[in-house]
Amino acid sequence: MPVEYLKETPSQTGGPYVHIGLLPVAAGIASGTQENWHVLQGAGEHIRIEGLILDGSGHPVKDALVELWQADSEGRHNAGDFLGWGRTSAAFDTGEWAFETIRPGVVPWRDGRPQARHVSLAIFARGINIHLNTRMYFPEDEAALAADPVLKSIEWVGRRKTLVATRVEGRSVPTYRFVINIQGEDETVFFDV
Amino acid sequence: MPPILGDINKRDRGQHPPAYTPTYKTSVLRSPRRALISIEPGAGENAGPIFRPSLLGPLDNDLIRNFAKDGEAIGERIIVHGKVMDEFGRPVPNTLLEVWQANAGGRYRHVNDTYLAPLDPNFGGTGRCLTDAEGNYFFRTVRPGPYPWRNNGSDWRPAHIHFSVFGHAFAQRLVSQLYFEGDPLIPLCPIVNTIPDLAARERLVARLDMGNTVPFDALAYRFDIILRGRRQTFFETKPEGH
Repeated sequence: MPVEYLKETPSQTGGPYVHIGLLPVAAGIASGTQENWHVLQGAGEHIRIEGLILDGSGHPVKDALVELWQADSEGRHNAGDFLGWGRTSAAFDTGEWAFETIRPGVVPWRDGRPQARHVSLAIFARGINIHLNTRMYFPEDEAALAADPVLKSIEWVGRRKTLVATRVEGRSVPTYRFVINIQGEDETVFFDV
Repeated sequence: MPPILGDINKRDRGQHPPAYTPTYKTSVLRSPRRALISIEPGAGENAGPIFRPSLLGPLDNDLIRNFAKDGEAIGERIIVHGKVMDEFGRPVPNTLLEVWQANAGGRYRHVNDTYLAPLDPNFGGTGRCLTDAEGNYFFRTVRPGPYPWRNNGSDWRPAHIHFSVFGHAFAQRLVSQLYFEGDPLIPLCPIVNTIPDLAARERLVARLDMGNTVPFDALAYRFDIILRGRRQTFFETKPEGH
């Protein structure tokens, strides 16, 4: 018999009212602590990331909760005061979500090779039994994207582009749009991390 | 205890519900059709946000009082407590645990909940705490009521408390639901039954804990949470081999 360990607690959906616990303001709960979790404060170049999550019929997922995890501008995690983490929800009427953050620096991969700059995202929602992990990369970083060890591990070359955001022109803050397709033709790559 | 700096273990997806579980109807269009891409954990996956005790208010883990207007929440008063550990049985200290739930009548304080059962003016249904140095947590609340939802005609959710826990790595992130021992709605629930393995489902059931009941005040339930383990670093895998 192999060695027995404890087993991870099984996941369950966050459900439609996930906001009560994780973003009470969005649920309409005005008291309690009001954190602006969608704003990540730190040193570096300020950027905006906005997006939409679409289901298998192309309909926006309007009750999704999105969490973001990233390195600081020097490519470090948990260094100094930068929390590196944020949380936001899709708007109930349109499904649009957004973060204000700083551009992450380069984080070395396990073998020391540089990864392209990216943020990690986790998606929780009604109908999602275990959260979906993905990454958002920046379109300007062409050479780094071509060399990124995680992108290169995606055998289907055509799918890699689903992880690269689109630059939105004409904004005062550099803005990136990232549309996540949960299911279908242009299905976003999700990772088993 | 020195910090353990190895990789987070691979997730045993057999312990979890698959994405596509058609008896839970909303999962049909919200499940990827392509396989997940496996990657080894990098520096980002092995690290996670650190929440400070200053985040918490004094009543954050007391749902009976943290939304009180002119009295305390109505319902069956309970304490829910337990330990957050990893798969190796190591305690997970100082990690953020967040909970949310319906009130005693099964009504959520959420703009999108229109169930006819009334709101409780003294109950918000949201709480949080940090585990202590040994990984222990507790909160006080009222036992939530079951509620109907539009799935198959009128399915009813068992009484449940949603929870969210971080661990020390983004790869340990977990959101799930706690159920109560003896609830006959548990085996009927399409969401519970998204988990294929009966033994895994039973690990979401909090046990009545008379030993920790507060006499003439509150019953107690015990619920331990297990997160992915972090291996010790024996050898680093090198792309060229050893």
